[in-house]
Amino acid sequence: MADEILPRNEDFGLAKSDQAKAPITDHESASFGKQLLGFWVTFRTMFKKVNTVQYPEVKEPTAERFHGRHQLNRHPDGLEKCIGCELCAWACPADAIYVEGADNKEGEQYSPGERYGKVYQINYLRCIFCGLCIEACPTRALTMTNEYELADSTRGKLIFEKDDLLGPLRAGMVPPPHPMYPNTDDGNYYRGEVTGSHPSQGVAIND
Amino acid sequence: MTNAELISQDPGWVIALKGLIIFAVCVFLTIMSVWGERRIVARMQQRSGPNRVGKFGLLQALVDGVKLALKEDLIPKSADRIVFVIAPIISTTACFMAFAVIPMTGPVNFFGQQTAMQLTDLSVGVLYILAVASFGVYGIVLAGWSSGSTYPLLGGLRSSAQVISYEVAMGLSLVAVFIYAGSMSTSEIVAAQEQWWYAVVLFPSFVIYSISMVGETNRAPFDLEYSSLKFALFFLSEYVNIIAVSALATTLFLGGYRALPGLGFTEQWLGGWFTLVWFFIKVLAFFFVFVWLRGTLPRLRYDQFMKFGWKVLIPFSLAWILVVASLRVLSQENAPQAVIFAFVFTVALLYLAGTSLFERHKEKIAKQAKTVNASEPNFPVPAIPNSRAEQLNG
Repeated sequence: MADEILPRNEDFGLAKSDQAKAPITDHESASFGKQLLGFWVTFRTMFKKVNTVQYPEVKEPTAERFHGRHQLNRHPDGLEKCIGCELCAWACPADAIYVEGADNKEGEQYSPGERYGKVYQINYLRCIFCGLCIEACPTRALTMTNEYELADSTRGKLIFEKDDLLGPLRAGMVPPPHPMYPNTDDGNYYRGEVTGSHPSQGVAIND
Repeated sequence: MTNAELISQDPGWVIALKGLIIFAVCVFLTIMSVWGERRIVARMQQRSGPNRVGKFGLLQALVDGVKLALKEDLIPKSADRIVFVIAPIISTTACFMAFAVIPMTGPVNFFGQQTAMQLTDLSVGVLYILAVASFGVYGIVLAGWSSGSTYPLLGGLRSSAQVISYEVAMGLSLVAVFIYAGSMSTSEIVAAQEQWWYAVVLFPSFVIYSISMVGETNRAPFDLEYSSLKFALFFLSEYVNIIAVSALATTLFLGGYRALPGLGFTEQWLGGWFTLVWFFIKVLAFFFVFVWLRGTLPRLRYDQFMKFGWKVLIPFSLAWILVVASLRVLSQENAPQAVIFAFVFTVALLYLAGTSLFERHKEKIAKQAKTVNASEPNFPVPAIPNSRAEQLNG
């Protein structure tokens, strides 16, 4: 019956015995001795080591999985992982990401497969660093770094373009655009079977 | 010669210079106390507080002042412009004026002139301080009223009610000091404490004063709509006020510029100037207590605050004044020891009887509270209507 759903008396779950005990007077105030004890607490705290980190001079490392600035990753041969699918932009609750995809063409290949992200912008005035974009990314192209010093003086500077977000070219990578590794398709790339660049793709960076 | 005689001989240039110095010292002390409070409270919360501007952040208050002065100065459209501008000035000036009669040193050599670091010695010095301090209330009320908005007005009235109520208790706590010192002149009160500080002799008065001075300075009305330099002035006046009541407490209860008991020889050091150090040590000790209170206790609810002032502090100080006055009269009339002893005994008995009656009353209320069943009140109430579910189901 409905009676069982709603409590009959509005006793807010208090047992009868509890109700009887509840005093109608003001809350019991702490005894005078206990109040004086509070003064000892604050006095003692004065001589403790302070917790403050002197930030610009002293920088403590963040937690390992701290949500910082985003990064667009690359495959080991230098091609971009981003395929311009816009899933990150759709996942973003703050509407901070703008993506425009484009077709990879012969002689102008930026990522394995058909498409790549031509325009990629993240507006850090909107971003709330929730990480939903990272969860949405099907190719692990988008991840987050631990970098948190993002303050700047103008709105324009806080819209990060693709160049600002792309990860660095490491040793063995060839700066795109360049063709895919010989005799592979995008499946090989996604499965991690391409582990470096091939001389036919271009001159690799070495350092 | 007493301080009063020395000061009365001051030529004009000494008076002018002393006024300037006292003003400068007050401003300096106030600015430093802003920094000091922030640092101490920070330490009490295990933070480090302002430590960037200058060594140990010492210039923080100065930089804040510059920032506030450079901020946009807003005057609400509906405000009464003149009063709105004057109000913070009244508040701040009133606080500063109190320092004129505070004796900071004993007799010293001031640029070849024998005098004391006290601007003037009125025979009603303490009354003057009380009068000037209450003048500051005008600043608060006018500030609230002149803004032309309801909430600042309420805030202003509220904090002036607070200041006035605690000033009553404060004034009453000083009566015992007047009775004992036989004078209202600050320098004579200090002189009268040569043997014993009044904090010891008149301990209850000291307690009442300490509580009411915290209540009186409690919170300047920061919720008023002030900006820029005018906000800075109110902010300043709060701290000047704290320093002023601390200085008064030092003068009236802690022996003013005199050294701690047993260290009397230091009063002669530096040709008497060392007494200045004693004075400021005592004032800063009071200031520390202010900060400590702020760091420890939560803000009192307004009605509790007023209840405490009117129902506890004032009756208690009235009773205490009666006792002190009676004792004073008895000793002046050379009453026999037995009579004085009997009087003290009677007062103690009355006090104990009063408190035990009060305790019994409290116990009775507590007992009543326990027997009341919340679900079955002992006063007539309308029947509880059926629950929503029953109504829906018919």
